[in-house]
Amino acid sequence: MADNENVELARSAAESAARRSYGKLVAFLAARTRDVAAAEDALSEAFASALTDWPVNGCPANPEGWLLTVARRKLIDAMRGRHRHEVAAEELRVMAEGSEMAETDRRLPDQRLGLMFACAHPAIEAGIRSPLILQVVLGLDAKAIASAFLTSPAAMGKRLVRAKEKIKQAGIPFAIPERAELPARLDAVLEAIYAAFAEGWSDPAATDISRRDLTEETLFLARLATELLPNEAEALGLLALMLHAEARRFSRRTCAGEYVPLSKQDMRLWDAEMIHEAEELLLRASELGVVGRFQLEGALQSAHVHRRRTGAGNWREVVQLYDALLAVSGSPVVGINRALAVAELDGAEAGLRELDDLAKDTRLGEYQPYWAARAELLARAGNSRDARYSFELAIGLERDEAVRKFLLQRMSELPN
Amino acid sequence: MEYLLMIYAEEGGWAKMSKTEQEQGMAAYTAYTEALKKADVWKGSNRLQPIATATTVRNGANGKPQVLDGPFADTKEQLGGYYLIDVTDLDAALSWASRCPAVGHGTVEVRPIWSIARSAAS
Repeated sequence: MADNENVELARSAAESAARRSYGKLVAFLAARTRDVAAAEDALSEAFASALTDWPVNGCPANPEGWLLTVARRKLIDAMRGRHRHEVAAEELRVMAEGSEMAETDRRLPDQRLGLMFACAHPAIEAGIRSPLILQVVLGLDAKAIASAFLTSPAAMGKRLVRAKEKIKQAGIPFAIPERAELPARLDAVLEAIYAAFAEGWSDPAATDISRRDLTEETLFLARLATELLPNEAEALGLLALMLHAEARRFSRRTCAGEYVPLSKQDMRLWDAEMIHEAEELLLRASELGVVGRFQLEGALQSAHVHRRRTGAGNWREVVQLYDALLAVSGSPVVGINRALAVAELDGAEAGLRELDDLAKDTRLGEYQPYWAARAELLARAGNSRDARYSFELAIGLERDEAVRKFLLQRMSELPN
Repeated sequence: MEYLLMIYAEEGGWAKMSKTEQEQGMAAYTAYTEALKKADVWKGSNRLQPIATATTVRNGANGKPQVLDGPFADTKEQLGGYYLIDVTDLDAALSWASRCPAVGHGTVEVRPIWSIARSAAS
């Protein structure tokens, strides 16, 4: 009984240390050699040791320090085993230096941000940056990441290995870039965090456990970025955007799992605390005097929430925010949302004209939100025949069952 | 770490330039080389003769080396020269590469050198 309790305690202590410290330990262990894979191997061995040692000898006072010491020993053992070459001495010196550093400063220096900058480096293929951060900063395994990104675990595993190889072989530094480079490089990091968040968010019912975790984990990353770079408006903007989206999670579906559009959501289900925090962040960001994509997207979420809460139409302000967003992102996706806002302001026909302009972009032909927006506006304009065609395309392109049902319902309501 | 900055550009471009432009081009490269040397990161550099001078040796029939007239690959831009530099990491290498005059008229490929120390570690 007592033994079982000890094992349980040790397991939960190890798990909580893993969650809190994984990225910090990887960043620290790999900072000099840039060998992320070796650091991860050593760390996973250290966690395994913790699970056998802690139930017997009790949880150490400083679990992070314990894990670091054991992981470093494993790392040195692995290096010794791998090469008899004289250069090993050089790497061991580097390791020893690291150990002095950790002992003089009992608090582990937090190099996670540097690690994130390495993962989102322009030398790393854009599509793997997000999965790479999830793995090396949070310790998620390839299987969980693959399921979130809808690819096979084997393929995801291979791409992650290749990316880590590149960090090591090409000498990508674990560093916060210089001032001149920072905005663009930070964008890549924030972009990667947001991509992971969006993957988690696309399953708001959280039926898929690995995806639900992803939302929490990515909120943690966004929070980390704001803590480490408190004066970067875009980092604040991203966290605000994510909190706004997360705050409405439970209002986006009925108990029966049906999709609920923003205009019909039950505001009592919104997380007021998260919304409050998001608003504070946006205020802080606006005081920094730099406008960027995430800040604008956060402000749009804020405007939608404000309209629902006060009942006051603020579509003109929303259209202006979309104009600004379109100017910085140039994305046709933004254009679609802008057209919907224009329709609220000037009527469905005006919105449809905006959509017609966008249709020149051939990429939109297979883009579900374009057809959903078009269907909605055509229905409102009373053009049932064209609306039906657009609904069919929107339904055919949708991968979320709840949204599909919602659109089928809307289509069946069209007058003949 | 050592990095090779490989300069790819369309060879024809040089001949089309006026004498003054060519002189300015040369001066830009000289200044760049000097800057690398002053920063103590320069390990070597060379400009290559045009690809018309290239000869390729490869494994031919019967496993015998075969000598061919011309470059290894026929591409729009050709390898025209290189810099070998020694800097702390990829960011430093990229920062030097971005200052290379070649970026104005071609492409610079940055490749880490396969060092014995690093290959032993992997």
